[in-house]
Amino acid sequence: MTQDGALVRHVIDRVGYGPRAGDLDLIASRGVDRWLDDQINPSAIAIPADLTRHLDSLATLRMTPTETFVTYGPPSYRPPGGGKPTADDLKAAIEKGRVVPAEAVEARLLRAISSPRQLEERMVEFWFNHFNVFVGKGLDRLWVGAYEQEAIRPHVLGKFRDLLGATAKHPAMLFYLDNWQNTAPGSPGVRGDFQGLNENYARELMELHTLGVNGGYTQDDVVNLARILTGWGFARRDENEGRPRRRLGFFGRALMERPSAMRAVARGRRAFYFDPDRHDTGTKTLLGRAIPGRRGDDGVAEGEEALDMLAQAPATARHISYQLAQFFVADAPDPALVETMANTFQSSGGDIKAVVRVMLWSAAFRDPAIYATRFKTPYHYVLSAVRATGIEVRNIKPLYGMLAQLGQPLYGCQTPDGFKCTTDAWLNADAMTRRISFAVALGAGRLPLDADPDPQGFNARRPERMAEKEPAFLKANGTPVATSTLMTTLGDRFSQTTVGAVNAAAPPLQPGLLLGSPEFMKC
Amino acid sequence: MMHPSRLAIPSRRRLLKAAAAGAVLMPFAGGRAWAASNPDSRGKRLVVVFLRGAVDGLSVVPPWGDPDYEEARPTIAIRRGGGAIDLDDRFGLHPALAALTPFWQDRSLAFIHACGSPDQTRSHFDAQDYMESGTPGVKTTMDGWMNRLLGVLPGPRHSTEAIAFGPTMPRILSGKQNVANVPLGRGANAPSVLDRPVINAAFDQLYTGNDPLSHAYKEGLAAHKAVLADLQTDMAAADNGAPSPIGFDTDVQHLATMIKQDPTIDLAFFALGGWDTHINQGAAEGQLANHLKPLGDGLAVLARDLGSAYGDTVILVISEFGRTVHENGNRGTDHGHGNVMWVMGGPVAGGKVYGAWPGLSTEVLHDGRDLAVTTDFRTAVGAVLAGHMGLTDAQLDQVFPERPTMSADITGIIRV
Repeated sequence: MTQDGALVRHVIDRVGYGPRAGDLDLIASRGVDRWLDDQINPSAIAIPADLTRHLDSLATLRMTPTETFVTYGPPSYRPPGGGKPTADDLKAAIEKGRVVPAEAVEARLLRAISSPRQLEERMVEFWFNHFNVFVGKGLDRLWVGAYEQEAIRPHVLGKFRDLLGATAKHPAMLFYLDNWQNTAPGSPGVRGDFQGLNENYARELMELHTLGVNGGYTQDDVVNLARILTGWGFARRDENEGRPRRRLGFFGRALMERPSAMRAVARGRRAFYFDPDRHDTGTKTLLGRAIPGRRGDDGVAEGEEALDMLAQAPATARHISYQLAQFFVADAPDPALVETMANTFQSSGGDIKAVVRVMLWSAAFRDPAIYATRFKTPYHYVLSAVRATGIEVRNIKPLYGMLAQLGQPLYGCQTPDGFKCTTDAWLNADAMTRRISFAVALGAGRLPLDADPDPQGFNARRPERMAEKEPAFLKANGTPVATSTLMTTLGDRFSQTTVGAVNAAAPPLQPGLLLGSPEFMKC
Repeated sequence: MMHPSRLAIPSRRRLLKAAAAGAVLMPFAGGRAWAASNPDSRGKRLVVVFLRGAVDGLSVVPPWGDPDYEEARPTIAIRRGGGAIDLDDRFGLHPALAALTPFWQDRSLAFIHACGSPDQTRSHFDAQDYMESGTPGVKTTMDGWMNRLLGVLPGPRHSTEAIAFGPTMPRILSGKQNVANVPLGRGANAPSVLDRPVINAAFDQLYTGNDPLSHAYKEGLAAHKAVLADLQTDMAAADNGAPSPIGFDTDVQHLATMIKQDPTIDLAFFALGGWDTHINQGAAEGQLANHLKPLGDGLAVLARDLGSAYGDTVILVISEFGRTVHENGNRGTDHGHGNVMWVMGGPVAGGKVYGAWPGLSTEVLHDGRDLAVTTDFRTAVGAVLAGHMGLTDAQLDQVFPERPTMSADITGIIRV
């Protein structure tokens, strides 16, 4: 039973964000294999009504990128009476727009804390990070939530090619890595800021998203892939209205004068738009294969062919498998495990579920020698601590601020490589003292997690500003978490030293000691 | 990764440091009299500012004298006039860096142009990794060059001998030597629950071992206490006035205060992001200018606040690679090769742009598109370490194994 107990803790610590009350018993009685089977088919697991209700209350979560742009974007329209929008208009729009990333963060954290589909939430974390976009880059503050909803979540255990295509066409990615401006030099669509090639997305698409940096591509491949992807951008206002093409900025600024009409048009519309006027129609060579240039709307097929090639490349299978194994199994994953996973990736046509299944049933993942050996990432640490306490979270701001303090602000990774997941990346002197401060405040019930949410105070672009105010967040008095309940929830993972220190401490400090212990820092 | 501390071991370095401290007290103050002129500064300091994302060196120090420069950049070239600073007949300085002009004029600011890595990669992440490990092209190097540098510097270890600003430990300072990291902004001197003796004592029981977490815990506590002590004056000052602005200038003020309180701080590191200007880079004004201004202003604040300690400090500003010579189709620039390194501080033989200028005509460009590298970054940093911190060739070999030999020109960058 001891061995089983250790395995049960291992799977909920790695496949999920650690146990909530009752999880260890539930997994033990269901059996680890059957529980993992459930996790890998998440749609069969019921979502609690409370969580559904809470998510339903987040109105911007269901909005398309076009809708959030129209409703919360910069006021480029002329207000009644004419004239350009004033600085106050712009400031007001930014204030109004804070609700969009605030609700995205709220939805993500609430799901990770209380969804029983824990593997799904881990996969969302993994894939969002793999195809990272940054909330602090311009319009992406309005689009990170929609990106996760539309491009990431539907595919986290689906086909890699679908995921790749969904990210490639999402305005959040098109904007983040600049491809929306990528234009064939000398093409009829050249205008304004659309003057020529931009290789930013093409490079990261191969280096980070698919082949990996040593995946066998050259600078010529980067340029050719950028040429292939010329014209991949946003819907234009005249396209959305079904009117003849006119050369206007994306979404059409003039339409902002009639936001109600735009809103009607925006609903249900995909924001992706291929502009054949800006496409390079010449023949390209990608990874040694000739891709003939196509004209008109067929030009988009070149990009689809390139994505097919990249998704099917053996280097991609290895790269993705390595990253998955590093995320779930070990900082330096066993090459044999990675090879097995890569073979499954190839033979299944990039079926993510099949690859994850091979990994979770591998001897490497089940090896007791790896249990509780990794220093949790800040995201994992904060979520696991909140889950363990069982506190019902209404106000996620203290958690979001803590993630920023610890260097892992949600949606706040500026660079396209995403956050690292290894012990080396996160274990440092400052991390320890900050985690302990958080653990003590959480355990003493002094984080205002039950306060009313306040999106107006939410600063997604500068989360560290929230973090710096963190001490002021603390409630003067709180109800400490019950130590005995917490120990039952977390199971038999604590050393005699820790248990002794807990027993000797004053009751309000006891849960903080457990959550700030070396055993709880690791997974 | 934290490793077993050497705090308890009377190491060779501690003995050396003790000997050095004794030497200061001796009456023969021969040679350059920095110790006499700066009595509160015992160490030679190095501050490294890493601009992650590849800053456009051709805008930072625009090669005005090069006939191909403006033609390659019709909308984003930094042109003479408009507040931009004339450095010499070949080069200018971006107008957003006007705060650095006095340092150029007093010859404590230099640049090394066409400087960079011999590795060909245009991946940000590989290039940063190589510049931080100090071993271009070698991915298996476990530690960073600043950590190896710490290993060859004399002196006993203490919790703030090397400081990384920010919530994570950068690659460049990772390795065998323990290094503290200090929170950014106002969080640097925020109180911790561990300031309360009862809580501190309770957690001390949990982290007594020789394992990485226990070491990190002990380092964290010691650094927190040291930083709090160093910044007490700063806290008082801030409490009396308006809250200091959050950003680079806050962090450099913290560093300057800490250095003045604690002269044994040898190394410090900052990383600043936002330089990957693929679109709408701007020229004298715009996106890049908006990022350069707080950097230049912050460096000027650091120099000012260091006071006499500026005389013993060298500040390096580095970035993983440069950007394409020609602007792209979106008034931006893509990933390139050669860049400019900034070298600032009292010991610098400044007022000069170092490095051989390779030119910008297509036939001399790297891969036909990028500024070539004529000075290896290890040569440039090595010259600073040798001249400023007195590293021997053998010590330099430890910091930068397989480094190329230095030219006479570059070794002159530190005043003798």
